[in-house]
Amino acid sequence: MPFEGLTQKLSDIFKKLRGKGKLTEADVDAALREVRLSLLEADVNYKVVKEFISNIRQRAVGEEVLSSLTPAQQVIKIVYEELAAIMGKDVRRLDLTGSPPAVILLLGLQGSGKTTTAGKIALLLKKQGKHVMCVSCDVWRPAAQRQLEIVAQKAGAGFFTLGGDSKAEDIARAGIAQARRQGYDVVILDTAGRLQIDEDMMEEARRIASVSEPQEKILVVDAMTGQEACKVAQVFDEKVGISGIILTKVDSDARGGAALSVVKVTGKPILFASTGEKIEDFEVFHPDRMASRILGMGDVLTLIEKAQEAIDEEKAREFERKLRKNQFTLDDFLEQMRDMRKMGSIGDILRMIPGFSRAKLDIDVDPKDWTRVEAIIQSMTKEERRRPEIIDGSRKKRIAKGSGTSVQDVNRLLKKFSEARKMMSRLSSMDKAGKFPF
Amino acid sequence: MGLFEKLKASLSKTSAFLREGIDRALRPGAIGPESFEEIEALLIQVDVGVKAAGEIVEEVKERLKREKIQDPGRLVSLIEEKVAAILSTTSKPLRVSDSPPTVYLLVGVNGSGKTTTAAKLAYRWTSQGKTAIAAACDTFRAAAAEQLEVWSRRVGMEIIKHQEGSDPAAVAFDAAHAALARRKDLLVVDTAGRLHTKKNLMEELRKVVRVIAREIPGAPHEILLVIDGTTGQNGLIQARVFTEAVGVTGVVLTKLDGSAKGGIAVAIAGELGLPIKLVGVGEGLDDLKDFDPAGFAKALFAGDRSDQV
Ligand SMILES: Nc1nc2c(ncn2[C@@H]2O[C@H](COP(=O)(O)OP(=O)(O)O)[C@@H](O)[C@H]2O)c(=O)[nH]1
Ligand SMILES: [Mg+2]
Repeated sequence: MPFEGLTQKLSDIFKKLRGKGKLTEADVDAALREVRLSLLEADVNYKVVKEFISNIRQRAVGEEVLSSLTPAQQVIKIVYEELAAIMGKDVRRLDLTGSPPAVILLLGLQGSGKTTTAGKIALLLKKQGKHVMCVSCDVWRPAAQRQLEIVAQKAGAGFFTLGGDSKAEDIARAGIAQARRQGYDVVILDTAGRLQIDEDMMEEARRIASVSEPQEKILVVDAMTGQEACKVAQVFDEKVGISGIILTKVDSDARGGAALSVVKVTGKPILFASTGEKIEDFEVFHPDRMASRILGMGDVLTLIEKAQEAIDEEKAREFERKLRKNQFTLDDFLEQMRDMRKMGSIGDILRMIPGFSRAKLDIDVDPKDWTRVEAIIQSMTKEERRRPEIIDGSRKKRIAKGSGTSVQDVNRLLKKFSEARKMMSRLSSMDKAGKFPF
Repeated sequence: MGLFEKLKASLSKTSAFLREGIDRALRPGAIGPESFEEIEALLIQVDVGVKAAGEIVEEVKERLKREKIQDPGRLVSLIEEKVAAILSTTSKPLRVSDSPPTVYLLVGVNGSGKTTTAAKLAYRWTSQGKTAIAAACDTFRAAAAEQLEVWSRRVGMEIIKHQEGSDPAAVAFDAAHAALARRKDLLVVDTAGRLHTKKNLMEELRKVVRVIAREIPGAPHEILLVIDGTTGQNGLIQARVFTEAVGVTGVVLTKLDGSAKGGIAVAIAGELGLPIKLVGVGEGLDDLKDFDPAGFAKALFAGDRSDQV
């Protein structure tokens, strides 16, 4: 599992250093070697990695280890912050201002997923009540125009192209004119795939851009791309100028380091992630999730950050101790529920831990049921809360009566709690086996 | 100049940076640790991957020690030799069946170049006066069959296609029978792009292979995994999973007319022992070449692609 990889290695390195107040430069370097490898394995461009590591090194060596955190977490935190700083924190939306129709131009290498993406954007905008027309400027690939026509139809969008020997830029011009006449809000221009080193084709792209004056010039990038992603993005940006990026095939198991490379080299944000072959498999891009994926470590960081800001040190330590020792009681369950708004539900927390990300967890209490659950737990004796296994039929009846709920409600809660406990014990056994990252 | 600017500047000297790296590695004087680091960096920068790059450099280091080589000028050629050796141990020509039809099946992730490669492959046969027929087993992607149809016209081959959404195995069945009945020399089977992570789609592919094998004994004679030359480390996973699922017999590396060098092929050949059989170097029918390990190895370090094939 790639996801356990980096976190595990870092915690191994730092296990030896527990109790040390400060990281030495050598400690940091050992850790950074692992970070570097992880980024390279994720296909982040070599030069981007180099620069990135040198920035992190400066920070890591300069900063003191917070007393509440292990060094591994400290390094991860810095790495993560730097990654997030590059990837951007906020989601940028499509800019469709100006006099209609707004024009979105899609560009990219062959096979990166432009045509499919055109359909996906069309559907998305359609759902927002926009009137969308897809225009195929791909005069090169066989049946490319037909493909877009079908895709546009599926999205409920209009379609335009010109046959014969029409030039791509003429199709763009005519398509936009027609869209304007027919009162469309948005025109999506699909183009042929092209290599950034193909001068003629890059010239064509520039001509399409200059006649269509697009609000958005989007580079479509395959998430499985390797080291060349940097060069590709840079040249497209230089020669045509791009305003944003869409990452495709994100449903693959590629770590997606190319995302970091292209954002870094162009300074342009990723707007969407395409996550499947179906027209609705399209999501707003979440930089933070991508950062974790590139690092290969689940959402551990989110967990650390949430825990850090939400609960005070003591409580966090206590909670962690209980998780590890499997001494989790109904009282903790209740308290955890109360803290939920700040810290996330137990399910949320567990899911952020490598190894649990895909576990089926039916342990969270619906916020609507909080008062009821609270009442039930409060109707239990101290002993019952500590050792729920003693709650038999007659106790259940008493608790139900005391809390104004039913025996089924009590059963449901106990079931959820026992599920939660089971998960906790899996967690603590992982810890013993050395798999738990902290 | 900030680091970012430096990065931009160095990248803009398109691919010159590889040469620079080599020059640095070959600084006058003896071969030192930096030379190896530079070479390793170069390999990583063409997508060979950290692991394979490390192994290659280690082996060459050993050899230098063993043979007491100190001339830095030899370093690059030794690395090239090593890469070529990895690639040639598995190198094999395309299988051709004694009793026609020969059947080639193309598989791979979305957009890697399967349909184009199917056409280019068939063209090799039809341009030599042989007959070919295509099976449009991509029944999923919009206008996929039309795309293959256009190519078929250009290549001069027949095509068997069903409606969008129909069972690809049924297309394969019909095509196998048509190929036999019409005594075609070659049957090329184009399939829908699929990510190796999708279990159901991999199962669908297995079914296509089963049908072909049942209808034409000994077929498919090649199951070719088409990999985009710009693919990074995921290419190795693709190769592994597709091989496990359908028994890939060779790799076609496409889009090498771009700036990417396709170094992932080295990891694929080295780690999985899969032969790289063909390379795609453009969108025309002629742009399919036999794989040449030595030329490929040389081109990994070359500034541009033209000296590849
Ligand atoms: N430059 C270049 N483009 C290629 C090559 N092979 C395929 N393509 C292009 O890549 C895109 C996707 O190819 P296609 O055959 O449809 O891929 P499929 O989805 O795997 O069937 C098309 O635009 C092809 O023209 C190649 O060797 N070089
Ligand atoms: Mg295809």
